[in-house]
Amino acid sequence: MNMILRMSGCRVLLGMLVVLAVFSSFAHAVTPDEVLQDPALEMRARTISQLLRCVVCQNQSIDDSNAPLAHDLRVIVRERLVSGDTDKQAIDFIVHRYGNFVLLNPPMQLDTLALWGGPALFLLIAAIGFGRYLRRRSTEQATETPAALTTIEQERIAELLIRRNST
Amino acid sequence: MGRVVSLTPVLLFILLAFGLGFSLTNDPSKMPSLLIDKAVPAFALASLDEDGRGFPSADLRGKVSLLNVFASWCPGCRAEHPMLMRLAEKGRLSIYGINWKDSSRAGERWLKANQSPYARVGFDENGRVGIDLGVTGVPETFVIDRSGRVRYRHAGPLTEDVWHEIFEPLLARLQDGSS
Repeated sequence: MNMILRMSGCRVLLGMLVVLAVFSSFAHAVTPDEVLQDPALEMRARTISQLLRCVVCQNQSIDDSNAPLAHDLRVIVRERLVSGDTDKQAIDFIVHRYGNFVLLNPPMQLDTLALWGGPALFLLIAAIGFGRYLRRRSTEQATETPAALTTIEQERIAELLIRRNST
Repeated sequence: MGRVVSLTPVLLFILLAFGLGFSLTNDPSKMPSLLIDKAVPAFALASLDEDGRGFPSADLRGKVSLLNVFASWCPGCRAEHPMLMRLAEKGRLSIYGINWKDSSRAGERWLKANQSPYARVGFDENGRVGIDLGVTGVPETFVIDRSGRVRYRHAGPLTEDVWHEIFEPLLARLQDGSS
């Protein structure tokens, strides 16, 4: 009984692996007829495709997208590489037509300054605010020594202590 | 000094509110065309009806024209088609078509069934001319001036609103020859 159970467990695991293998090949949209013969070129094409935004779905790279236009752009990138373009030239070919919009990693330039500098600016503001808060707290603590107890308070403490000791 | 510091959150809030307000008026999925005020990229397309003359980009020079990218598989193209037909019937400007990523049979059949508003129709089977034009989908309509430069690009079906608000004033200016 135990043996059978373990066998079926094995099969489930095997089945899951098969399913995983099948689906992981669908994780990118490159179809077999696009793939270049030269594995080095194909690697470069894949890397470039992952940097380029699909202009139809806009939140996927052309490497992930099943849109027909993404397919066309993947083929164009491969054609450029085969014809001897550098990675940058191939990317520029697409950017020349669709603009910086297609770059999933936008370049640092004047109109993207807020995008790149914004987080640093917020961090700076937060750091200044926190610094001011800390400094104020420490000066408050240094200057303010607690006031001495009044006679009424001292009497009350004595009274409480006596009561506690007596019980 | 203390007053400035206590006002900082309010100022930041106002800044943020304006920033977000601006973003509301700004459709991030809209991709501006890179071709505005630039010459139409040169192309030499076969014509859809295979009359042998084809549709070279040089045809777009010398007059104000519309260049409409369409496909038989595109519902938006069907939606804007009556609009293009009305414009063609008025005859005040020439409309050129590019049949994009289609089969020539389907494209021809579509034009026969719906009538053609186009002076010429280029057949862009693999979509490369469309990609040179920065087309992200169909339909898209370009306004071309006399010197063959792109002056405006509209992505999506042409509607009466878009026509009256944007195309009419622009075309009037271009056809006057003032710019």
